[in-house]
Amino acid sequence: MIAFLAKLREMDRRWIFLLVWILVMIPLIFPLRLPLAVSPPVKQYYDEIETLQEGDIVLLSADFDPASAPELVPMLNASLTQLARRKVKIVADCLWPGGPPLLEEGLRVVLEEEFGYVYGEDFVNLGFKEGREAVMLSMGNSIPGTFPVDFRGRNVADMPLMRRAQNLTSVTLLVNISAGYPGTKEWVQQASSRFNLRIISGCTAVSAPEYYAYLQAEQLFGLLGGMAGAAEYENLVGISGPATKGMDAQSSVHIFIILCIAMGNLTFWAARRQEQR
Amino acid sequence: MQRQIPLFLTSLVGLTMLLYYFIPHPLIATPGHFFEDSVIIVVAFAIVLGSANVLKINGEAVLRRGKDWPYKAILLLSMFLMIGIGLTDGPARYLTPESRFNWMYDTFYASMQSSMFALLAFFIASAAFRAFRIRNVDAALLAVAAVVVMLGRVPIGNLLSSGLPQSIQFPEMANWLMEIPQNAAKRGILVGAALGVMSTGLRIILGVEGSFMRGGEGR
Amino acid sequence: MTLSTEWGVWIAAILTLFIFSFLYKDNPLYKLAEHLFVGISAGYYAVLQLWSVIWPNCVVPVVSGEDYWMVIPGVLGVLLFSRFVPPAAWVSRYSLAVIIGAFAGIKTTGHAQADLVTQVQSTLLPILPMTMGDGSIVTWPTAINNFLFVLGLITTLIFFFFSTEQKGGIKVAARTGVWYLMVSFGAAYGFTVMARISLLIGRFQFLLDDWLGVVRF
Repeated sequence: MIAFLAKLREMDRRWIFLLVWILVMIPLIFPLRLPLAVSPPVKQYYDEIETLQEGDIVLLSADFDPASAPELVPMLNASLTQLARRKVKIVADCLWPGGPPLLEEGLRVVLEEEFGYVYGEDFVNLGFKEGREAVMLSMGNSIPGTFPVDFRGRNVADMPLMRRAQNLTSVTLLVNISAGYPGTKEWVQQASSRFNLRIISGCTAVSAPEYYAYLQAEQLFGLLGGMAGAAEYENLVGISGPATKGMDAQSSVHIFIILCIAMGNLTFWAARRQEQR
Repeated sequence: MQRQIPLFLTSLVGLTMLLYYFIPHPLIATPGHFFEDSVIIVVAFAIVLGSANVLKINGEAVLRRGKDWPYKAILLLSMFLMIGIGLTDGPARYLTPESRFNWMYDTFYASMQSSMFALLAFFIASAAFRAFRIRNVDAALLAVAAVVVMLGRVPIGNLLSSGLPQSIQFPEMANWLMEIPQNAAKRGILVGAALGVMSTGLRIILGVEGSFMRGGEGR
Repeated sequence: MTLSTEWGVWIAAILTLFIFSFLYKDNPLYKLAEHLFVGISAGYYAVLQLWSVIWPNCVVPVVSGEDYWMVIPGVLGVLLFSRFVPPAAWVSRYSLAVIIGAFAGIKTTGHAQADLVTQVQSTLLPILPMTMGDGSIVTWPTAINNFLFVLGLITTLIFFFFSTEQKGGIKVAARTGVWYLMVSFGAAYGFTVMARISLLIGRFQFLLDDWLGVVRF
């Protein structure tokens, strides 16, 4: 047994790759639909949007790119769905260069096609702007000044919604879908106390642990972390999206990783025993 | 002259942005707004400079037939193609769903970037088997925390512990771990990092830190 | 199973498989995809910055006469390209000075307010059961959790204090801080695993749904 375990240590890693491939593929094709528990930060995120009144202006900052799309696009779409049900006005922007088409697709599919939102009156897509924190501060001063034209090159100042959404103090809530820098951390640092802006965040699982500190300090009022957070949120909003459907695969690979850690240490111990003999 | 004036400019701009946080008077706010708007434009040029640098490095490799030069030629061709399509589509059309630029984005950029990052999943599994060694109490604590979080955030953890009292089910334990011990340590790191950033920022503004002005000496 | 009829989807799927071929070993197909990606990205970023920032925020305001001051950042931006001309490269320092100065000022105040003052303020928690000023009641479980939280923060900060030798009581506190840090790193590891797996799930959802039409997500 010890010899076998010691030999296992020299296993070609491509066998591990193959197992991961199988353990992700199978549950996607044959889902188990295991029930999800909703965590408190996700409930807070949902409840914060539920407090919005019809006509409130929400700034939605989609700060991500295709690399984080599996975690964040479900959050974006579910957030847009809940916001549209609350009949709020949405001003959307993007601070990551890879993000604009992803944001545009979410706005078009959910707001325009599903909820019949009218562009310019109910929602505006400001598009991308470089400058990171400088953009946030500039928006605090004037949103039309920072984004003179929208995603399609149209004059922003002429749009009915933008006559109300002049700067960050006109905004009731910031919904930030964030993959890293610039993102939630920078919005909290630059906008939460300076412009008295309430912020909720949907972020990648890598970033989420750090943002619990902001959540506890009430600099954030809701937090979705990774695909699990997206799935829990989809559950609350009542949609069965790609995040929910991916959780079975997530479960199986997590179990596999735990077994890898256990087996890795067992094989290491076995190899040491063999060397000592 | 080549160092002193830029360092002075750094201090002036930095001090203005620092004071702008506290003083809303137009004497500070007006230049502050101007610097905000200026930085947006200058950083955009810096990104374009990055693309130009890609052109320079790979162009030189192709011209002197360096290592992997055919691949670098493909790199340059694809770059010119993307730029050509983007310029001809124009600012009003280039990112609309029906544009060629957007098609290139969806087909090439989005798919390949997602795939590159998806590779990491395989390597993290391999690393868990080959590199994660529990040699002492600290590593054991790390492993236990990782296992609790990995099980607590997915449905299988919910199922495995569903027969236990709620306070010791995996989701509850994961929530407690994230809100109390993890949060405390992360806040300590956050506070420490904030002190570091503040001291570095002040050093830059006061002109003590000038290392970023190296480079650009004539060769 | 309904295969996609869009050739864009087929190209994306094939490029995805080219990149995954790296798992077997480094090969020309992976190299091709890698270089193609770099070229497309560089072109994409250049065009995006031009049409989204430089054109609407700099060129149009100057040309239309709306804001002539924007010629200054425009000139500073162009000066950055002097780095390609070694004898004149020092000119780019002016542009860098503006970027670095601005971000130094912005980040200093941002971190001071959000990551220092507010964080310390919200660590002032009741560590004994009591009735608060606003009428809310702090129970024993909450008080214990608050105590553990405050203990964790203090001991973590003590661990990072390297200006004095860690011995005696300081050493005990630092060890406690290390335990909290290990828990934090373990949680970060768990979340990182979740993130990486999610990205793979997303790619497989594209292959199975958009390309092969085996499942609908």
